[in-house]
Amino acid sequence: MEETWRLSKKQDTLWKRARMIHAVRDFFISRGYLEVETPNMIPVLIPESHIDAISCGDWFLHTSPELYMKRLLAAGYPRIFQICKCFREGERGSCHLPEFTMLEWYCQAIDYRLLMKECEELIISVAHNLGYGDVIPYQGQTLRLQRPWESISVREAFALYGPMPMDKALKEDCFDEVMVSYIEPHLGFEQPSFIYDYPVSKATLAKAKEEEPDLAERFELYIGGKEIANACSELTDQNEHYIRFEKVQEYRRSMNKSVYPISERFLQDVVTMPAAAGIALGVDRLAMIFTDSPIIDSVVTFTPEFL
Amino acid sequence: MYNASDLKKGLRIKIDNEPYIVTEFNFVKPGKGQALYRSKLRNMITGAQFERTFRSVDSFEPADLQEKKMQYLYKEEGKYCFMDNESYEQVFLTEDQIGEAKNFLIDNLEAEILFFEDKPLEVSLPNFVDLVVVQAEPWARGDSVSGKTKPVTLQTGYQIQVPPFVEEGEKIRVDTRSGEYLTRVKE
Repeated sequence: MEETWRLSKKQDTLWKRARMIHAVRDFFISRGYLEVETPNMIPVLIPESHIDAISCGDWFLHTSPELYMKRLLAAGYPRIFQICKCFREGERGSCHLPEFTMLEWYCQAIDYRLLMKECEELIISVAHNLGYGDVIPYQGQTLRLQRPWESISVREAFALYGPMPMDKALKEDCFDEVMVSYIEPHLGFEQPSFIYDYPVSKATLAKAKEEEPDLAERFELYIGGKEIANACSELTDQNEHYIRFEKVQEYRRSMNKSVYPISERFLQDVVTMPAAAGIALGVDRLAMIFTDSPIIDSVVTFTPEFL
Repeated sequence: MYNASDLKKGLRIKIDNEPYIVTEFNFVKPGKGQALYRSKLRNMITGAQFERTFRSVDSFEPADLQEKKMQYLYKEEGKYCFMDNESYEQVFLTEDQIGEAKNFLIDNLEAEILFFEDKPLEVSLPNFVDLVVVQAEPWARGDSVSGKTKPVTLQTGYQIQVPPFVEEGEKIRVDTRSGEYLTRVKE
């Protein structure tokens, strides 16, 4: 009886989560996006300094659908989206689950600026679909959805909220700590907030800015202090891919982390990949916002601790 | 040795030769960045609190504490008395040292008392304690799966949210770490 009771408390939240996912699908389908499914069990990974995969036999469970969605993009699919489970080793916290739901979409011939617009349109459309007007309540605060949303560069955010400028934080190897302790607590509380132009070293597959090659065309969407989505203008230069992959592999080796095999097919396909922008959005976290839940546990049926 | 990924609420570690307890903990990871372990720590001797963020490569030694199994006897003038069942030695803990544990302390309960050198620091209760419900609204039947809760009062005076089917006089098991209801106990 107790287990039933515990699960039944989640009913309202799970209904809302399901309606939210429907609304997301409606949004993309009405815009001519093709919904795709790519394999979850894969032999190769896109190298990431700080994301560890879960092994599955000799292969891996994917940590995101990025690799195969980009191969579709390269094969001439201009607008694609996917909602799928992703798996990451060792990630468990109030906003993390080792198995979580990701929404990823790619659009040809746009850059990260235009993708910010589409991101706004998606969230507003979902909010209206769920019966909200121009505000949503979250944890005692009121989030305004009227556009334009706040948008601040990483460099500005460090200058405004951080204890030191961005370049100093990079040099002293405390970029992530400053981000978590000083900057994130300011992002997305009155309205959703975009933070953009990350250092190239923090953006494996984002295109560098032409006028400032140390920065990459990458942004993150924050709502209520939580990172909801990560996006970029996609890197399409094959040679640059090789260089950046090698840097990541080198870092992983130096940290004694597993070094995963790289996809040669992907690196070949990059040659035909068109200019595009892509984004990964945490569905569970978006559900936390729309269901006013403080922790990720509330918006999923089962957490790993109760299996 | 503990790694940062072993950190959790309640873990006791040694920093600069003094014992600290983790009072709050969260795993965070800024976009594409590294895993960070945000912790609030309390010095178990001075009570001083501070926040610290660790990386996954950080490691810690366990705090130098002795645990002794003792039995709770009584409360007198704001002090809680515990006795060692073998040596009959008695120690007293203050209201501050007892903290939240007072909600679950019943006579003769066996608990671990933590000592740093000879000083008793705090009590660590069993994870689960069974307590009698002394006051509850009656159950309107049919309410068991609606996910509702109701407040009841336990024998220690502690108020807790429970499912509607829990009735006065019943014994329930409480998780002393979260202070939350777990299940009913049939005797």
